[in-house]
This record gives sequence, C-alpha cells and structure tokens, in this order.
Amino acid sequence: MASQVLQKPAEPTISARLAKNVRRHVLERVIEFILMLAALSAVATTISIVVILLYESFTFFEHVSLWDFLTDTQWTPLFENAHYGILPLVSGTLTTSAIALAVAIPLGTIGAIYLSEFASHRTREIVKPILELLIGVPTVVFGYFALLFVTPLLQRIFPELPGFNMLGPGIVMGIMIIPYISSMAEDAMRSVPMSMREGSYAMGATRFQTAIRVVAPAAISGIIAAYILGISRAVGETMVVALAAGQQPNLTFNPMESAATITAYIVQVAMGDLPHGSVGYQSIFAAGLVLMLMTLTFNIIGHITRKKFRETY
Amino acid sequence: MTTQASVLANLAEVRAMIRKHKRNDFIFSIIGLLALMLGLLTLFTLFIDLVATGYPRFSLDFLTNYPSRKAAHAGLLSAWVGSLLVMLVTFISAVPMGVAAGVYLEEYAPKNWFSDLIEINVTNLAGVPSIVYGLLALGLFVYGLGFGESILTAGLTLGLLILPIVIVNTRESIRGIPIAIREAAYAVGATKWQVVFHHVLHYASGGILTGVIIGMARAIGETAPIITIGALTFIAFLPPSPVSDVAPFINVEWLSSGFTVLPIQMFNWLSRPDHAFHINAAATGALIIVVTLLMNATAIWLRYRIRKNIKW
Repeated sequence: MASQVLQKPAEPTISARLAKNVRRHVLERVIEFILMLAALSAVATTISIVVILLYESFTFFEHVSLWDFLTDTQWTPLFENAHYGILPLVSGTLTTSAIALAVAIPLGTIGAIYLSEFASHRTREIVKPILELLIGVPTVVFGYFALLFVTPLLQRIFPELPGFNMLGPGIVMGIMIIPYISSMAEDAMRSVPMSMREGSYAMGATRFQTAIRVVAPAAISGIIAAYILGISRAVGETMVVALAAGQQPNLTFNPMESAATITAYIVQVAMGDLPHGSVGYQSIFAAGLVLMLMTLTFNIIGHITRKKFRETY
Repeated sequence: MTTQASVLANLAEVRAMIRKHKRNDFIFSIIGLLALMLGLLTLFTLFIDLVATGYPRFSLDFLTNYPSRKAAHAGLLSAWVGSLLVMLVTFISAVPMGVAAGVYLEEYAPKNWFSDLIEINVTNLAGVPSIVYGLLALGLFVYGLGFGESILTAGLTLGLLILPIVIVNTRESIRGIPIAIREAAYAVGATKWQVVFHHVLHYASGGILTGVIIGMARAIGETAPIITIGALTFIAFLPPSPVSDVAPFINVEWLSSGFTVLPIQMFNWLSRPDHAFHINAAATGALIIVVTLLMNATAIWLRYRIRKNIKW
C-alpha cells in the first residue's frame, strides 16, 4: 500500500477508498456473525437435548401415567405384562453411586490434602499429570476390570456374591472418580491464601493440623462442590455398571445383589431391536429424562457452591 | 532448682510431642500418596491383566481379520477402520466449531446476559452424561434427520460430546495471551479479524491443539452414546473407501455406511458368556488404553512444553 502511494502521487478517489473500507467492514461483521453462530451451537445442543427428551417422554406419558412411573415398584417394559415404575432403576443408580462415593470421597479428600499441603513442588508436578491421564482412561476398560477382575476377587471374600453385583462396579467407579475429586478439591484448597496457613504455623500447628483445621474449613464449599460433581459423574456413568452390575431391574439397596441402573437400562434397550415409536423405545427417553434431571440438579448445586467459595477470597 | 527441673522435664515432653506430630505428618503424607496412587495402581493392574489375558491375540492377524463367530479368528479390522472414520467426522465437526465458539466468547462476545447464557450452556454441557448425548443423537440424527445408524451420526454425536472440551481449552489458551500482542497488531492497522486470525490464534494454537487431542482421546474411547444410537455390533465389512480413483476422487458414501468402533467391539465381546471372546476383549482393551494414554500423554507434554517455553 505504502509503496503504491509513493509511486502514484495521484490519490485514489475518495469513493474508491470508502468502498474498500465498507467491504472490509462488512467482511468483519460477517465473520463475527459466523463466530457467534458457532458459539450458539452450545445453546442449540442444550435446547435439542431438552426438546428431544421432553418430546419422546410426553408420548411415553400418554401411555403411562406419571403416578405409576414414580410409584410402581417394577420396571418391566419389555415383558408381556409391562410395568413402568422407575424406582428400581433409581435404586440401582443410587446404590452403585453411593458405593462409588464411599470409596472416592475419603480417598479423594486425603489425596487432595496431601497434594495441596504436603507434597513438594516436584511431586505435584509429577502427580497432577498422572491424575489427568487417569481421568482420560475409557470407561469400557474399567467395565472389563469390574466384571473380570474385581468381582472374582470379591467372590473370594464373599463366596455368595453373584457374578453380576453392584459392589464390584461401585468400587471400580469410585477408583475412577478419585482423580476427579482430588484434583478439584486440590484446586479449592490451593486457593486458600497463604497467610492463613502462615498464621496457623506461627501458632505452632503442624501441617496436618493446619490442613484439617484451617485450610479444609476455608475451602469447604469448593471441596463440597468437588463431591457433588463427583456424584453427578457416578450417576451418569454407564459402561461399568452396564457390564458388571447386571441388566435386571431390582428394587434393592443391597450391594451384594445385581441390579440395573438407569444408564444400563438405556444401553440394554438400545442394543435390542425395539421398533421406533414403541412404548419401549420411548421409555429410554423417559429414563434419560430422569437421569438428566438428577445430574442437572447435582451440577447446578455444585456450581452454586463453587461460585460461593470463589467470592470468599 | 525445682522450677528448672520441671522446665527440663517439660522440655522432654514437648520434644516428644513434636516428634509425635512430625511422625504423624509423615504417616499422613504416605497415606495421601497411596490414596492418589491407588488409581495408578489400578490402571497398572488392569493393564497387566489385559496384556496377560489378551496376549494370545497380539498378532497382525488380529488387526487384519473381520469379527467372526470363532473367537480365535475374530479380528479388529472393521473396528479400527470404523474408529478412524468416525474420528475424522468428529474432528471435522467439532474442531472448527469449537475453536470458532471459543474465539467468539473470548474476543468478540459483549459482556451481557447473552454471553452469560452461552457460557452457562457450555459449562452445563460438559457435565451432561455421555449417554444423554446418545439419546439426543437417537432422536435427532438417527430418526429426526434420517441419517440412520451411520458413521455420520456417530461422528456428529461424538463431535457434540467433545465440543465443550474444545471450547473450554480454546478459551483458556486465548486468555493467556497478553493484551499487548493485540494492541501491537491494532497499532499497525489490522482489523479485529486480522488480529485474531494472524496473532491470537497463532499464539494460542499449541493450547488449542492440546484441547483437541484430549477431546479426540475422549471420543475414541467413548462407548455409551454409540451403543445408544443403535450401532450394529457385528460388522464384517468395510465402509466404502473415502477416496476413489475416478473424479472427483472423494467419495461420501462411507458417511452413511454401517460401522463398528473399537470400544463397541470390546463391549460386544465382553458381553458374551464364552471366555474365548473375553480374550479378544482384553486384547482390544489393551489397544484402547495404549491409544488413549498416548494421546493424553502427548497433550500433557505439549502443554508442559508450551508453559515452559513461552514467557510473555
């Protein structure tokens, strides 16, 4: 541009320059619009999820009353005498998730405290990437582990344990969630100001005392947020329970029995050949809606708690 | 005399207490490390178990054979080709869209309710269980748009699934670029898009790549949504080739072809009662772990290098 101007002292007409500017301006606007459309895809995805789940569930509830759905104690949509009570699936989901959390919350918290308060910089630099690697392992592989390694191991301790049970997959799911909980809880604890720790050390407290009585209470909402998001993960986890917990809906909270979870039921139906539009087909959307509502509730509570903790400091 | 003695006695007590506390700290740090390493130990045990069980299948035949009713002759050919093609669709659908969305949210979006709405949506989508994406795909892609149980459907589903990962990583790496870079570009007359495309995206590319690799690694191992769209599990054929020898050389028939992918094949073998198929499943599992770990490790290493090399 500059050399052109030098070569040709005669300036281009004003209208020509303006025309070029207008083109440049319009192009900028078009690009911004395209980028905005891309960002809107996230909103579109959420809307489609909600619309699809609600639409298919509504057709489902034309055949099944909401009351039966919430109170019937049997879930047998594929049988001749069909019952549509979601409770057995919910009980399976809650039991496996509870076992997972019983494993993941204590160990994840201890890990987070260690990582945030005890570990040297070097150790942290090594351990954190390993945690990230663990989060990336596909869940179907953990399903294999629960079915063919952990369950046989447990059967040596509890000989009456059936091949499909909720205990094994629950434990494996817990181990899967540990890195998730510890890295989030660690983030919360690390953001507690150093001066609070120094105050505690100055009083003669040990690292452990400082961690338990000063840092953890200060970061409690972040730690709880980590737990809640961990719950949401356990509830939505599919492959481990579909492979190792069994396919039989069973209204029980006994971890030694086999039971289907909401996610396992969806997998089971999707693998069969249910005709599109049948009540059985629609039932997986109703189950999915329940799952979505459960995880959404946990996610929202988790985000609110975390936001609260962010505002503290 | 007596006070001095009591102080001395007290001193011994205090020293004992300090020793005890130090020992407790040490014990706790061991427990903490063990708690963290339990996951790693599990993964290690799992991998050893997979390799030890799947060992008889480690051969080239396993990669070049179709699935078969005879476990010893069954192979992964259709599964890994399927995975590759599905990943191609996922990449094409998720990466440009995710990067564009991330750029918009970081560089263009005004601070108002509309941007907040998009942000909340992205955060929420990251927490939606993957099987719900499968239900979305079943209702929308398979029946709503009539794509059927095809590679296109699977690729788009996984694309939607990893979109939040790509968006979040793009935003994070853009956020790390100092404002001075942008101001310098504006000062020499660049338009906003020129600033973003030539400078911001250029410097953020490493971080974006990290996010893309993590997302793709997630997609390659994802099983639940693919099962939900009703992917067939016995596929003894390959999709039509994406490239052809006649003009225009690119073939799109493969998009609508039936398919299977690695985790589905593993799930299929694993859900059979016959132990011979479990051996195949173990060998497939070992392969999946190696692939995803390598991808994730590459991403982490890349991020580490970027952090080390770039000091603004």
